[in-house]
Amino acid sequence: MEFIGIIIVAIFVNNVVFSQFLGICPFLGVSKKVDTAIGMGLAVTFVLTIATIVTFLLQKGILEPFGLEYLQTITFILVIASLVQMVEIVLKKISPALYQALGVFLPLITTNCVILGVAILVIQKDYNLLESVIYAVATALGYAMALIIFSSIREQMALTKIPKAMEGIPIALITAGIIAMSFMGFSGIDQVFK
Amino acid sequence: MNNNLKVLINGVIKENPIFVLLLGMCPTLATTSSAINGMSMGLATMFVLICSNMVISMLKNVIPDMVRIPAYIVVIATFVTIIEMVMKAYVPALADSLGIFIPLIVVNCIVLGRAEAFASKNGVFASIFDGAGMGLGFTLSLTVLGALRELMGTGRIFSINIYPEQYGSLLFVLAPGAFIVLGYLIAIFNKLQHK
Repeated sequence: MEFIGIIIVAIFVNNVVFSQFLGICPFLGVSKKVDTAIGMGLAVTFVLTIATIVTFLLQKGILEPFGLEYLQTITFILVIASLVQMVEIVLKKISPALYQALGVFLPLITTNCVILGVAILVIQKDYNLLESVIYAVATALGYAMALIIFSSIREQMALTKIPKAMEGIPIALITAGIIAMSFMGFSGIDQVFK
Repeated sequence: MNNNLKVLINGVIKENPIFVLLLGMCPTLATTSSAINGMSMGLATMFVLICSNMVISMLKNVIPDMVRIPAYIVVIATFVTIIEMVMKAYVPALADSLGIFIPLIVVNCIVLGRAEAFASKNGVFASIFDGAGMGLGFTLSLTVLGALRELMGTGRIFSINIYPEQYGSLLFVLAPGAFIVLGYLIAIFNKLQHK
């Protein structure tokens, strides 16, 4: 029950994009087509899960026992950056098909604040390893869902006539605002799981 | 000096990081629920920008080209950690309300972007001015956005009453307001620029 609560909250109530504002740059950047949105969503799910496990173990295994919590930001960002590189190399060797699908998105992920954000958030929320992994996967699914919803709307929008000054990012932001409004409807359902 | 001033103004208007370059959207949307929050986020980012630009331009001949990005990240992360610790010590309430977005300055594309595009090619003083200009542009935009959201949401700017609170719409302080107000601001900026 508790795990279902974490999942529902992470996907709907506190959706990464629409209520926590993490990963907006790639959200606006790769959401012009549904295909790329799906690819990006998968790549984030993949990297976020691995990165959360690794940073969680680092925090509990090295930083906390030695009283080095203040090095958290530096350690995490370096670990994530090298992890993304490693995933890219390993994926290229082991599964060229998956690499073909996710390859172009992987370099973009280092600067995606979802990864660092979730790594820090699970430490702040004091989750254990299993809860952290569930939270990471659910957050990533929420991100993928947001990307897919948004990109399908933008594909339609590309065909409509929009005032010159509103083209591109402004209309995309306003659309995201309206989606965020509908996501506010989910607030409160997390009470059921407490 | 004249040139440095030009670099400074460039960051505020012509290459405004938010309205023109569209960089650093996450903290822009997340921390502008009030004018004071937006301004402090802007100032924290400005501090990191100036310091990291300064250090990176000093070290540009020492850092090997192959590992420059990780080296820049370490420099940036150091200053982010400093500002995080300072804020937690002196303004704990503010540090709480900005929350996770202080450590996330590390992944703000503006900081790494300026390090790569400007500080790695220019002298120390020019880099400091570039950091200050970009930081100022970022801070001003965040303050304007925060002030507008606070005004429309609660009828106040910097906690000073402008009109009674019940006429405000809380929506603007919440998540959707961030997207919508920023969308319209960028549209207005576009319109003014292309005139």
